[in-house]
Parts: sequence; structure tokens; C-alpha cells
Amino acid sequence: MAYSQRLTRKAIAWLIGAVFLLPLTTSAEVPMPVIPKAKGQECVEPTDVMRKDHMNFMLHQRDETVQRGIRTTKHSLKECIECHNAPDESGKVANVDTPDHFCSSCHTYSAVKIDCFECHADKPENTQYLHSIVDGKTPHHANMKSEDKTLSKETLEMLAAKGKQ
Amino acid sequence: MSQQGTDTSRRQFLGKAALATGLSVAPGVLLYEVAHARAPEMPATNKQRWGMLIDTSKCATGCNDCVTACQNENGWGGENSSEKLSADTQKAQWIRKVKLTDKQTGHVQSLPLMCQHCETPPCVDVCPTGASMKRTDGIVLVDKHLCIGCRYCMMACPYKARSFIHEALKDQKPHVPRGKGTVESCTMCVHRVDSNGTPACVESCNKEGHKAMHFGDLNNPSSEISQELKKNGGSQIRADLGLNTGVRYQGL
Repeated sequence: MAYSQRLTRKAIAWLIGAVFLLPLTTSAEVPMPVIPKAKGQECVEPTDVMRKDHMNFMLHQRDETVQRGIRTTKHSLKECIECHNAPDESGKVANVDTPDHFCSSCHTYSAVKIDCFECHADKPENTQYLHSIVDGKTPHHANMKSEDKTLSKETLEMLAAKGKQ
Repeated sequence: MSQQGTDTSRRQFLGKAALATGLSVAPGVLLYEVAHARAPEMPATNKQRWGMLIDTSKCATGCNDCVTACQNENGWGGENSSEKLSADTQKAQWIRKVKLTDKQTGHVQSLPLMCQHCETPPCVDVCPTGASMKRTDGIVLVDKHLCIGCRYCMMACPYKARSFIHEALKDQKPHVPRGKGTVESCTMCVHRVDSNGTPACVESCNKEGHKAMHFGDLNNPSSEISQELKKNGGSQIRADLGLNTGVRYQGL
């Protein structure tokens, strides 16, 4: 009888201890997200605005683009990716299912699931030389061609330089 | 005598006025042509109606250049490896080559078939969410943000132009988002059109020297496509349905 009482008391003490200690241990284990560095100097909006409202900007932009054909780049997801998930020095680009990706670094931490990347590309156009041709200034490679329907001299030089590397 | 003098000056004035009008018309026409180039912040307008004209007599049997160009541009078909998991009858198909054989005479014709970009599209009529839509410049699209994958539009389309994505995809093109559970079809390369380009299929057909496909503004009477249609005509596939398609064919 005494033995079983002691056992119950012990168990209760353990339980109380666990209840108090559990939150402490887990919170210590979840690291703060490491936000990858972006390519550009400055974001399209101040950081605190972006943290709070980025989803609204993109929601508005997606309807404007798909339904009305407005293709401004300021709040487009494609441009976010161009800048925030640019290839690093070794040419490697993060995948959205790893926390190295700009979006998933924070979304994993805050446990908010996003489905943008079930359809949208999670990285910029994968060939790097194409990247430098397009570079966000020329809207499309159709315009890249000069009058005689061949690649321009600068483009050819750039491609040759890339080939040597 | 004095009356005659007045008449002369009037005539001179009219002559000068006519000359001035003539001079100002030429740059005006030029401006209309340039108007195609739309600023990114400007929405598409109903001033244009984009269309295509396909000359079946120039379209070679066995040639697949337009289909390949579409696949490369939009990333469907062979490009996307996870798509290979889909059954053959369920694979994506934005554009396909169709061979027509006259059983009586044995005459064979070949033509590319894709979304016909109808003026009154049945796919838009049946869509329960408004995902299937016609843009104001006549391009019929699926807004995949709204698509629930019910596939009513696929049933409604008389041209069998739409397909459904059955498998999760990876490595999509940044300019062509597409994913599992949504319906898709030819977009007339809307991303190119919006930046003053032509669809990939038309571009490749012309580049390879076949010149069987034309792209242009059906609303502009001086565009190449309108001139050609006015001169030589063009037929719609299933014209009996009264859909007023944006894609027209010659030689059918």
C-alpha cells in the first residue's frame, strides 16, 4: 500500500515537472529563421510593411496580371523570386522545400503553409546565362534579336564569355 | 470676274487642306501600328482582338515545329519530367497536329489545332468559379488561382483544346505557372503578347520558313492578318456553332 502511494506521488511530481519544463525545452530548440540575403539593395516596400502585407500585395497583383494583363514588376511574385532567391556564388539556387529558400525560411518557422509554388516556379529561370540576357530590363527575349534576326554582338560576346568559364 | 478670283482662292485653300490631311494621315497610321506596344501598367483593351490565321496548304504533314516550340516555351510535354507519370491519354496538350484524310479521294491535310479563342467561349459559359475567362483583347485563359479542377470546361469545348494536370509538377517556367488540379490550354503566349511579341508556335513556323501561321490584330483593318483574311478569306472550324473563333484556317 505504502509502496504504491509513494509510486503515485512520484509520478505526479514527474508530471508537474514535465508540464513546467516542456515549454522551456521546446522553445529553446526552435531556432529563429535564417533569412537568406537578397540580390538587390532595397526591397520594393519597407521591411515592416512587407512582413505584414506581402500576401495582400501579391493577391492584388495576381488578379491584375491574369485578368487585366497588367504586368508591372513591383509586386509580382516572379520579381520577388528573381531577387530573393538568386543563385549564390557557386550558382546554387535553393529549393522551396528546404528552409534555405527565402519564403520557406519564415513560413516554416511560423508554420504557415503556402501553395504558391505548386504552380509557380520557386527559382529564377534556371540557366544563368539566360538570366544575364534577360536581367529584368528586356521584357522578353523576342526583343533581344536585332533587325537581321541574329543575336546582338553584346549577347554573343556574353555567351562566349560564359562558355569559357 | 471677281467671282472667278474667289473661286480660285477657295480651290487653293481646299488643295492645301487636302495636302495637310494627307500628310497627317500617314503618321496617324504609323501610330496605330505602334499602339500594339502597351506599357506594363496599362491593361489589355478591347481595341485589339488577337487572332491567328493558319494556311493548311503550307502546313506539312509530319512537321511538328509549332508543337515543339509551344512545349519549350510553356514547359509542358517532354520538358517536365514529373509529367511523364501521367497516362498517355491524360497528358497535357496545348496544341496538337491533326491529320485529315478525305476517304473518297485520299487527299491528306495537316493542321495544328489548339484553343480557338472564341468570341463566345462555351468553356467560359460553364465555369462555376469564373476561372475560365476571356480577356478583353479576346484571349481565352484559365485563371488557375480560381480553378477548382472540375473540368466542366473540358467537356464544353468543341475543339478538345483543354487538358488537366494530374500530377504534382516541378521546375515550371517562371512566366508560365501551371500545377496539379488545374485545367490549362493554349494562352496564345499571353506573356509574349503583353510584351509586344508573337506566340512561340507562329514564331517557329516562320523561322523554319514554312510561313503557315500568322498572328495579329483582327480589329485592325490594316494588320497583315486582317488584310490576308479580307483578300483570301479564312474559315472557322465548326463555324455552325457560331462561336466566332479567333483562330482561322485557309485551305480547309
